Amino acid sequence: MAIFKKPPTGGGGGRKRRSDIPEGLFQKCPGCNEVVHEIELTENQRVCPHCDYHFSQSAKERIESLLDPGSFVEMDASLHSVDSLRFQGMATYKDRLKKYQESTGLIDAVLSGYGTLEGIRVAIAVMDFAFLAATMGSVVGERITRAIEYATTERIPIIIISASGGARMYEGMLSLMQMAKTSGALARHGEARLPYISILTNPTTAGVMASYASLGDIIVAEPKSMIGFAGPRVIKETTHQDLPKGFQTAEFLEEHGLIDQIVHRRKLRPKIAEFLRFLGPAAA
Amino acid sequence: MKEPQPLDFEKPIVELQRRLQEIREHSDEHALDFDSEVEAMEAKIEITRREIYDNLNAWQRVQIARHVQRPFALDYVERCFTNWNELHGDRLFGDDKAMPCGIAMLGEHRCIVITNQKGRNTKENVLRNFGCAHPEGYRKALRLMQLGEKFHLPVISLIDTPGAYPGIGSEERHIAEAIAVNLREMMKLRVPILAAVIGEGGSGGALGIGVADHVMILENAYYSVISPEACSAILWKDRRHAAEAAEALKLTAQDLMRLNVVDEIVSEPDGGAHRAHEKAAEILGRALHSNLERLLKIPINQLLKKRYEKFRRLGNFAEPPKGNGATG
Repeated sequence: MAIFKKPPTGGGGGRKRRSDIPEGLFQKCPGCNEVVHEIELTENQRVCPHCDYHFSQSAKERIESLLDPGSFVEMDASLHSVDSLRFQGMATYKDRLKKYQESTGLIDAVLSGYGTLEGIRVAIAVMDFAFLAATMGSVVGERITRAIEYATTERIPIIIISASGGARMYEGMLSLMQMAKTSGALARHGEARLPYISILTNPTTAGVMASYASLGDIIVAEPKSMIGFAGPRVIKETTHQDLPKGFQTAEFLEEHGLIDQIVHRRKLRPKIAEFLRFLGPAAA
Repeated sequence: MKEPQPLDFEKPIVELQRRLQEIREHSDEHALDFDSEVEAMEAKIEITRREIYDNLNAWQRVQIARHVQRPFALDYVERCFTNWNELHGDRLFGDDKAMPCGIAMLGEHRCIVITNQKGRNTKENVLRNFGCAHPEGYRKALRLMQLGEKFHLPVISLIDTPGAYPGIGSEERHIAEAIAVNLREMMKLRVPILAAVIGEGGSGGALGIGVADHVMILENAYYSVISPEACSAILWKDRRHAAEAAEALKLTAQDLMRLNVVDEIVSEPDGGAHRAHEKAAEILGRALHSNLERLLKIPINQLLKKRYEKFRRLGNFAEPPKGNGATG
């Protein structure tokens, strides 16, 4: 499974971009090259005020902008990844975890819990690309599964905001098995006739795309997000073909029939609320 | 069957075989009786082979799993099943030759059979796309699994793929979605599902037909989240560390048994399945048959519950008792 070294198509890395500009004050927009002030970005849900380029958002920011203020209750916050394979590589898994825990302030690549969205009770899980490319290990899989199971038990919708480089190599096959686990939990949630809204952000790929991210009753994506299974470099190397224009973007996938709608980040909250009200929890 | 291409680590055996050949020729040339020498050498070859095969490392097993003369899925179908009828196509786009599926009898049991098929030469590999299926393969597999559900036929899945195909058409027709849907639908399928990794278990492409009540793996097969080469390229920035990556990924049957990712290891004939197709098929056929009989006896609701719990349990993490926040 392809795991990306860095977010492709220039996106996703905006938040930690290094440049001559002092970090944290100004950033050059990868969409239009305009210099954008941090305050402007923060006030605009990290969307470029000039060209609508969607900078990556942290899981925390996403929850704050999507749910009703103060309604979010985090679940399973104490879950920690463990190095069950005692992975031996260039860097140990433990070191990698520690590094990203320090740089992001997160324990792992997902935040999960429940809250309300325009008054509608929802369970929610949000992945954070800044943590080890939001790769899916046991903690991500377990927290997402528990959030789905909670939604099934409570008979409420589940919202998952995905971003991911795929499976987490450091956990080997235990990582791959999270695909089956999360999809299984969604099978039960679906059988209970409860809505699942999958929101794809830049970039969502590989094992996450090949499991819960693709299984939404409604699948929406943020504009220009890179979305796919295999990495573009791998595809090029395998096929020796030039990739079509806009290949693996949200727009390409809408055109090819995977995505229900591309939704601007500013409109995400009212749009999801509209979908949820429309679908409602079906009568048992 | 002609002698399979030796692998690098089999060189000591090749050397002994060369010496055995010399003794034989010498014996013929001079009309001398070297029977005891021949016998001793043959025994030595067997001992050496066993020593090598009893101490295989992960990377060596990956090489055996990929051996071009290893029995492929259709070799097993031919030997373990009867009344095989291939059923083509996903009824949406096309027929994926990398994933032959059909109906067949395993002993007295009617089954749906899902397979990954690789090729032994260039022509076959072009036809089979090196065992890498497109979305239509996964959708055909699902179509047949649902046919099985309708007619109460258990599903048997023989897995042998380097991975789902990373190509333009694959992405355009949503390979990720095809796999994801299979994961979800296999979890709900109301017939027993039995899977065996017979060679390569390449990541999501393998799991896409691998959500089963009982997952078996051949002794020298592997099942991995990423190929050792790709893992090496990412973590070591260089593909030459594939052997170390193979070790680190814990991808062998023996490792996966310890991680509870697989339920049973199916033994191979001495020196690997590629040396004895008939024997390998006999062992796998027996294992498939006995497991199928066992699964067929379990009431379906109980089986579905167990299937869910089996995958639900997988994963390893720490959960200190005093978390901040509620628990789900």
